[in-house]
Amino acid sequence: MTAPLDVSGTSSEAPPETVLEGASGKAIAGRSLGQIAWMRLKRDKVAMAGATVVVLLIVMALLAPLIVSWLGHPPDEFHEDLVDPNTGVPVGAWGGMSSDFLFGLEPSNGRDLFSRVVYGARISLLIAFLATILSVLIGTILGVVAGYFRGWVDTLISRAMDVFLAFPLLVFAIALVGAIPESAFGLTGDSLRIALLIFIIGFFNWPYIGRIIRGQTLSLREREFVDAARSLGARGPYIIFRELLPNLIAPVLIYSTLLIPSNILFEAALSFLGVGVRPPTPTWGGMLADAVRYYTIPHFTIFPGMAIFITVLAFNLFGDGLRDAFDPRSR
Amino acid sequence: MALTAIGTVIALGLTACGGGGGTPAGTGGGTAAAGAKDAFNASLTSVWNPSTKKGGTVKMANPGTWDSLDPGDTYYGYSFNFIRLYGRALLMFKSAPGKDGNTLVPDLAESLGQASDDNKTWTYKLRTGVKYEDGTPVTSKDVAYAVSRAFDKEVLPHGPSYLNELLNWPKDYKGAFKEPDRDISSAIETPDDQTIVFHLKQPFGSFDYIVQMPMTMPVPKDKDTGTKYQEHVMSTGPYMFDTNEIGKSFSLKRNPNWDPATDPNRPALPDRYEVALNVNADDIDNRLISGDLQVEVSGVGMGQAALTRVLNDPALKERTDNPQLQRLWYVSIPPEVKPFDNIECRKAVQFAVDRTSVQRAWGGPLAGGDIATGMIPPSMDGYKQIALYDTPEGKGDVTKAKAALQACGQPNGFETNISYRAERPKEKAYAEALQQSLAKVGIKLTLKPFPQGDYFSLYAGKPAYVQENNIGLAVNGWGSDYPETYGFMQAIVDSRTIRDAGNYNLSVKIPEVDQLIDQIKGEADAAKRTELWSQVDQRVMEEAVTMPGVYARSLLMRGKGLTNVFVSDSQQMYDYVGLGVQ
Repeated sequence: MTAPLDVSGTSSEAPPETVLEGASGKAIAGRSLGQIAWMRLKRDKVAMAGATVVVLLIVMALLAPLIVSWLGHPPDEFHEDLVDPNTGVPVGAWGGMSSDFLFGLEPSNGRDLFSRVVYGARISLLIAFLATILSVLIGTILGVVAGYFRGWVDTLISRAMDVFLAFPLLVFAIALVGAIPESAFGLTGDSLRIALLIFIIGFFNWPYIGRIIRGQTLSLREREFVDAARSLGARGPYIIFRELLPNLIAPVLIYSTLLIPSNILFEAALSFLGVGVRPPTPTWGGMLADAVRYYTIPHFTIFPGMAIFITVLAFNLFGDGLRDAFDPRSR
Repeated sequence: MALTAIGTVIALGLTACGGGGGTPAGTGGGTAAAGAKDAFNASLTSVWNPSTKKGGTVKMANPGTWDSLDPGDTYYGYSFNFIRLYGRALLMFKSAPGKDGNTLVPDLAESLGQASDDNKTWTYKLRTGVKYEDGTPVTSKDVAYAVSRAFDKEVLPHGPSYLNELLNWPKDYKGAFKEPDRDISSAIETPDDQTIVFHLKQPFGSFDYIVQMPMTMPVPKDKDTGTKYQEHVMSTGPYMFDTNEIGKSFSLKRNPNWDPATDPNRPALPDRYEVALNVNADDIDNRLISGDLQVEVSGVGMGQAALTRVLNDPALKERTDNPQLQRLWYVSIPPEVKPFDNIECRKAVQFAVDRTSVQRAWGGPLAGGDIATGMIPPSMDGYKQIALYDTPEGKGDVTKAKAALQACGQPNGFETNISYRAERPKEKAYAEALQQSLAKVGIKLTLKPFPQGDYFSLYAGKPAYVQENNIGLAVNGWGSDYPETYGFMQAIVDSRTIRDAGNYNLSVKIPEVDQLIDQIKGEADAAKRTELWSQVDQRVMEEAVTMPGVYARSLLMRGKGLTNVFVSDSQQMYDYVGLGVQ
């Protein structure tokens, strides 16, 4: 995509002629699309805030054991002496919040809520990221193939997309996750469940990306530079990999950033319904499901709920900013 | 004998959210009904606010709904309690507080059953002068018809099937709906209008406990509409249906053809009962507290949200009762799953477990129950404290557990799985608590939730599955259909009940226990039976094939304005026959 060069950069302040003539005497450094987008992104404060939160979340997930050993307690450790045995409610105000237990305690067994929220980020982000990568891989490949070859290939792939989009994904996921055996494909227990969740979420979400990529390919393949390549004798694979794909990186990047939050929500929904990763592995959705019973103790709902909210919001803001940066006309 | 897990299980706190959370805390606490002083557990062993005043309306609500109002098609514990308001079975549990409520008294019959010497033939004489709501007299043929129609589980699927299995029915009998003219005299005879005789396949000493169930309530053949009979049950009790919208609400009014002279058991104080169905459980709790509602009819006890509020407010707590239920939550340890084939490994688990933590998982000493040491609940004959696996403060004994592990040849512990019903948050908490305490001695548990609908038929109750998938521990729960030890224990400790699937006994296979059960069946002396049951309990615990969790309790609230409130041991909730209003 070559169009949006006109918006940004100090160069636009100079009249076009001087730029062309090199009036200042300096050599004009050409900027790549990526550099221009990055420049625009840097100026978008909201997007940068989103990006910062995303980075912090990823760091938090990666360093969870370190953070927890420093600020909390092991996520599965019971602290029953800090919970009222009759009501199951943590002793002390605000659900037992203190410098020792930053977010308070879980009712009944008194697990450290802070540690569980921090560890919950690992499962959410791991599943969301890997599922998104899977969707993007399948979606991009099939989208480009459909858009480039058109004809019966396009018909076939497009109908397949329609079928996938019509699939009652949530219901299917519940049924499938409920029915998986203890070990399969050389995996067992939780790793098998995580792999399966990634597969289900990723495999059934590819048409969203696939459609966008197909549309972009359809318009790109008619452009002059593709014609030029073709007239020089280039064939299908070369055109796809050297001419089309590099120009598709922007939409791929944008839509994967926007797919991640929806995958996080989907994983949370599955955990909430009890078909996600098994307890006691902490997940945000699973914590919310536990909290339903204790809805009069708000802290139990608020922290995992806020974690999901902030994560999804941060990814969405960043994704929107990214899209604006690559294609300001879509604003 | 097939015991089905009874209705008290249904509403384990899955309902929440929505409605009614906004009543300000502390309102409406403590205003005692005139003349009665509120106190915690005031109606467990005696009548609270006794009265003989008639009139008024009792308002009830149910978080779910009845399986059916039809006496031949219902199996919920609260339904057995409530149905006595509009129906009369041959016998009933005495409407009296505490242990006294465990006694059987004649209701439609004149006296308890007359058994033949071999306990195979049971005869009941009916009282004269009992009528239906339309004035038609009740005869023994109506009782015989009621039993033979309830036989048909295709039309009336919910009810207990004791009589289907106990009576000597003709070969391939299909029930009164499909074979109305079949001769069933091999099972039931009615020599005259006031006499009914039951013929059993095998001797059965506790037959009286079976005929107190609602399937012996008379049904007039010409008014029977099969599956639709529950829309208008012909009442024989003091109340009859006024309005009835299935699944929404119903109300009862006085039955003009009920003659108190024929019925010494029912005071029948209120004029009216109004029952709302499918009401949000938290909403019910809040309305009970405010006084807008008087009885939560299913008797499962208050939900988590109300519990927190009630237990933190002494005035509200005084309005509650905390009865013990004839229900045990426990873990089965199938001895065919390695390494539990070695008794020392089973013992290691028993010593390692932190029983106070288990109690917390079930909801603490009030809402959850008491720490269990054996299989027989305290209110049943044969109960005793079993001290085999006592640990300091019940918190587990790592040294003893490690010693047992050493003796088992697994000094560093081992890995196994624990199954539970995915829909039940308390079973999950139970499994997590066990996982924590067993981890201290190196026994690593993996949690395996299964859907509750298939729990016994496909997973934990299927020995082949259990063995193949290495389910070393299985969360289990059991409640009795009637308050008699045989009815409670036989289905969960007799190894001869074990089939290919659908088992409730997942782990008790002790020949000695089977022999003791046979001995109990033939034992006429009740005191000796009690002693033998204690021996059974002791043997099961010695083999360590089950690990008792808690004897369940519930927290009930006395509605405002009620009189004559008491919990009877047979109902394990408020006795609905005795209630009155101011």
